[in-house]
Amino acid sequence: MLTKRIIPCLDIKDGRTVKGVNFVDLRDAGDPVELATRYTLEGADELVFLDISATEQKRKTLADLVLRVAAALDIPFTVGGGISSVEDAKILLQNGADKVSINSAAVRRPELINELADAFGSQCVVVAIDAKEIEGQWFVHLVGGKVPTPIDLMDWAREAEIRGAGEILFTSMDHDGTKNGFANATLLELTQTVNIPIIASGGAGNTKHFVDAFKRGKADAALAASVFHFCEISIPQLKETLKKENIAIRIIK
Amino acid sequence: MKTVIVDYDAGNIKSLQFSLERLGVHAQLTTDAELISKADKVIFPGQGEASSAMKKLKSTGLDLLIPKLKQPVLGICVGMQLLCDKTEEGDTKGLGIIPAHVRRFPNTVKVPQMGWNTVSHQGENLFKGIENECYMYLVHSYFVPIISTTTARSDYAGLYSVAVQKNNFYGVQFHPEKSSKDGLRLLENFLKI
Repeated sequence: MLTKRIIPCLDIKDGRTVKGVNFVDLRDAGDPVELATRYTLEGADELVFLDISATEQKRKTLADLVLRVAAALDIPFTVGGGISSVEDAKILLQNGADKVSINSAAVRRPELINELADAFGSQCVVVAIDAKEIEGQWFVHLVGGKVPTPIDLMDWAREAEIRGAGEILFTSMDHDGTKNGFANATLLELTQTVNIPIIASGGAGNTKHFVDAFKRGKADAALAASVFHFCEISIPQLKETLKKENIAIRIIK
Repeated sequence: MKTVIVDYDAGNIKSLQFSLERLGVHAQLTTDAELISKADKVIFPGQGEASSAMKKLKSTGLDLLIPKLKQPVLGICVGMQLLCDKTEEGDTKGLGIIPAHVRRFPNTVKVPQMGWNTVSHQGENLFKGIENECYMYLVHSYFVPIISTTTARSDYAGLYSVAVQKNNFYGVQFHPEKSSKDGLRLLENFLKI
């Protein structure tokens, strides 16, 4: 049976993780490879690296990091941040990334989704969508949520699927950082709108929130950052809880 | 022992090379027919769309070479699908080694299947020392149905083949290079054949 995925997200700036982590046994909490290895051993099913320093001159740093991650990791990982062309994606995929995540660039130029899917296959293309609820309707936002658009979340998800997205990473800006749980009703609507996997993001605060994202939101995967970085939730315990709730999950022995 | 990876621009090869390096094997990426013919082990990876992958194979003549190989050959993901007679993806004729018609998952499930699925097998050959109902990482929209040469199966919209074997040709639908310790063990088993 296909299992639900737990995905820690690492924010990367200039080749280092930011926001900090407080794992006691890490020699260097800023080293993405060390942190990624730690999550892999704990049972993370996949990892996302989001480069928030993604400017042209930083591309090389990111490509080098991707290569180091690929050398150390034996689970899949996605890289996102500032990817706006087939060339951008190619260097990351050639260095060992399994998927690339695109966001603002895809909204500005939706053909990018087709181009990436044609060049590398849909399985490589994650369309990340940041959205916010305004008077009962969800609107897509750009540039890390700073710039609102008139685009409806469901319309955009549908278009992304048609253009060849292999997966959607949906972040609710209303829930992100609140630790009050994922946007389950909207997740459910998304899973009924498109027939590609949905990664839930934004709002994880405790293990029950993950149970809800899978049971009520019907998400295929759930992503979180700080609750994992600050050891508020341990991945092995989270997975045991999910298993007890009869959610299909990969348990490492 | 010489291990080669068939080079036809088939996606993420780095992870596969890194996995093999963990096993102490440096696998050369090549399109060279002579190198491939003389290798002890041949790995035939694959990702992306089947018809364009097949076109690339044809452009280098590898479509004629691969079926003639006598040493152990391991097809991975689309590589395994291309070992089959034909695939619904792009209505593509395959290499005709494994007697199967590759089909698309029905829309009753999410397509692509993406993630870790349980794999049931008999613990033989590639699966020696790997627990039954192990987890492997899969990402695919097309599948090989259960056939007489199926050696492992998973369930997604019903049971289907995630590993097949015919003579010296082995195929796995999952990505062993992305499937943690069990995946690495499987690669090790292949190298030991």
